[in-house]
Amino acid sequence: MSIDTAPTVSATALDATSGTVTRRDILHRMLMTLGPILAALVIAGCILLAVGVDPLAYYGFVLEKGLFSPLGIQQTLTRMAPLLFLAAGLIVAFRAGMWNLGGDGQFLLGAVTAAASAPVFVQIMPAWLALFCSFLIAMVVAMIWSLVPALLRAYQGVNEIITTLMMTFLGTSLANVLVKLAFRDPNTTVPQTRTLPVEDRLPRLFETTITSGLLLGLAAILIVHLVMTRTAFGLKLRIVGANPRAAVHSGLGVPGLTVAVFAISAGLAGLAGAVDIIGVQGNVRADWNPAYGLAVIPAVFLARMNGFAAIGFVFLLSVLSIGGESAARRLGVPNHFTLVLVSIVLIVLALAEYFDHRYNQSRRA
Amino acid sequence: MSSLSSSSVAGRDIVALEGVTKRFPGIVANDSVDLSIRPGEVHVLLGENGAGKSTLIGMLSGLQQPDEGRILVDGKPTPITSPRHALALGIGTVFQHMMLVPTLTVAENLLLGGPWWQRPRTEELAARVAEITSTLGITVKLHAKVSELSLGEQQQVEILRAMVRNSRLLILDESTSMLTPKGIDELGALMRRLVEQGLAIVFITHKLKEAAAFGDRISVLKLGRKVGEIPPERFRALGEQEIVSEIVELMFGKQKDDPEAVERPVRTARAGTAPLLQVADLTVAPTDNAPGLSSISFDIRPGEILGIAGIDGNGQKQLAEALAGQRAATSGSVRLDGAAIETLSVGDRRRRGLRYLTDDRLGEGTVGTFPVSINFFLKQVGAAPFWRNGVEQRAEIDKRAAQLVREYDVRTPSLKTPVARLSGGNIQKVLLARELAEGAKVVIFNKPTYGLDLANTLASRQRIRDTAARGLAVLLISTDLEELLGMCDRIAVIANGALVGTVENADDARTKVGRLMIGLAA
Repeated sequence: MSIDTAPTVSATALDATSGTVTRRDILHRMLMTLGPILAALVIAGCILLAVGVDPLAYYGFVLEKGLFSPLGIQQTLTRMAPLLFLAAGLIVAFRAGMWNLGGDGQFLLGAVTAAASAPVFVQIMPAWLALFCSFLIAMVVAMIWSLVPALLRAYQGVNEIITTLMMTFLGTSLANVLVKLAFRDPNTTVPQTRTLPVEDRLPRLFETTITSGLLLGLAAILIVHLVMTRTAFGLKLRIVGANPRAAVHSGLGVPGLTVAVFAISAGLAGLAGAVDIIGVQGNVRADWNPAYGLAVIPAVFLARMNGFAAIGFVFLLSVLSIGGESAARRLGVPNHFTLVLVSIVLIVLALAEYFDHRYNQSRRA
Repeated sequence: MSSLSSSSVAGRDIVALEGVTKRFPGIVANDSVDLSIRPGEVHVLLGENGAGKSTLIGMLSGLQQPDEGRILVDGKPTPITSPRHALALGIGTVFQHMMLVPTLTVAENLLLGGPWWQRPRTEELAARVAEITSTLGITVKLHAKVSELSLGEQQQVEILRAMVRNSRLLILDESTSMLTPKGIDELGALMRRLVEQGLAIVFITHKLKEAAAFGDRISVLKLGRKVGEIPPERFRALGEQEIVSEIVELMFGKQKDDPEAVERPVRTARAGTAPLLQVADLTVAPTDNAPGLSSISFDIRPGEILGIAGIDGNGQKQLAEALAGQRAATSGSVRLDGAAIETLSVGDRRRRGLRYLTDDRLGEGTVGTFPVSINFFLKQVGAAPFWRNGVEQRAEIDKRAAQLVREYDVRTPSLKTPVARLSGGNIQKVLLARELAEGAKVVIFNKPTYGLDLANTLASRQRIRDTAARGLAVLLISTDLEELLGMCDRIAVIANGALVGTVENADDARTKVGRLMIGLAA
């Protein structure tokens, strides 16, 4: 992956103090981001035409359901909460050059432990403490789950892409087994955990159905962004990511930092699972796997691991997934067309990046 | 070799280079090189890393095109446009790193590159291979998988591949570097049989003994220029020892017009003071791709510059890394100012005042995409006043960075410029600033002027002298003997991971070091 984030970071961080050059840079970056997205929408529209669906109607439904209807936008914002936590976890890992693709396993294990513990805790302690403890347990369990790939990478140099993906298969299966065997609600026929009563879940914002988990998610991603760009710890992680040999040469404890990165990244994924359960779902059914972890990866890439940009792209992803589900139902397009759309955006953006780079090179030469 | 004599014998040359020059950004890799390659001769190309051997081979095998000069094939000027073209002209190259597919059999490897629309002609190949191997006296298992063969056998397969394609000129690039001593002898015998059959061989090496043992004609390259040649007549007239000493003279001898030559200022001996750095019996186990260190011992006193001379790849980097703490030592002790530091981490050793200026400026010395300002403090991340409670103090960082930029004359568009955009000389200044700034006691310089232009070379050397003059202990690792002779108080010679001798830098040091480098007693 040749996406260098460091220059972008310093450029955006300094834009307040510098003049026209930076403003042109920002304009250029906006153009380079929005242009390919429009192009991707056109290409996806052609595909829709080819399967006999009116693309304008499809996009119309997506926007109407995901963005403009009051109920839709509330669902969209609610969906953002777990996605923001996952994005925050990915930003930490990707910036440190570690490809934690095991988000789904960590997410589900966090979700299941939160679902199993929260209904028990609310009966024995005050609600706020109960939810806090559930969050904590979900985070710790996800962290422990990441320990195997973390230690293998830190001390044996085993490629973490493979190990995290394998652990995610094991993780989803384990979550499934836990729901069916250990935490099953005896009062239902469907295998699922006990349900957290609605009044004990995270409060909703104002008079809407939006979960307050959204605020937690926003806080998580902003904290991660600031830690990565403004602190010594974040710089150490970025050094490890940008040039591991320089990290060794500079005397950084690379194995320790590696384990820390995995723990933070997985912990945030576990929190994402907890926030979705404690805030919205209330229980976990045995076959439940929304695969948010993989869906968020493109959004984080499009944002170039920048926290603020990630918020925007996660919002876009939520609009697409909420709106796409509805549009798919009404127009008979497969639900997964959202993924097709996202991947076209990603490919077009990569191509734009490539040609922009070529253009800059030839201009400099 | 004058152009007159080369044109008079051009009829006998299979391939001849005339005034070939190749430039890369910032360096001249080959500077008007003449070379004549004849059938029945092993032509040895000798030179250290960076002397321009690989570039020359690249041009002969069609990977690169010369900027000036021309290549003659059979007396006719012929641009070699691609590796395929080179093969068609009868130029086969065996590269330093094996170019066989390990999961395929020998026969399948030999058949690679044939026309894709034809069935592989296995029987034809077997007959051809039998014919070639019987005259050369080697046996090749056609149906063995390449991964099951030893490195020496793989090399024979590569040579065989060149022969099957009717090569008239065989280029062997550092072919002995991966072989056992027995394998090297076998390769030498094989080369002898090949040239007896009328083939021309170009044999690239930096080992003097191999050059003397296997060659018919030797050309010595130094910093892109051909500095001398021993033709076959002279080669036969001289004994092996005489050849070696003549090569040493060519490779390490002082050139009359060397602009870098500087008189070493005579420093007062500081015999009385206690050593700042004491290394005793430092041993490092060898790894798959790097030599180890065996029982290295030396002392450096304050204000002293100890040089480490030797052919590249004899453990210099391992020594530097073991001292800096980047490479685990199996035994031995390292004392800085009397205190043992061999168990400390890289960061702790640095805090005690040990500084290591790496030769790999972009690979490990800096983070190329990070701004210049951050690269100054790469080894101090988290330290006050640049970070407070772990939070970056941008104003402090920029203030100090601007100061260092001025002090060390770093030419950079701005502090925010990614360090990789700077020239090699300016990156080196960033590293010098980082390592020599406050708190340094012992500084290890690994090839500090490698790849720099003259102005930056001289500036770096002055920094090193100033460092020693401030009373620091300096370990200067270099493959440039002139540099060591011009700067050091003592010079130790490293060979195969061991210090084979230490010489006071007096008038006869050049000869003594040269003899040590080729394995003779000083």
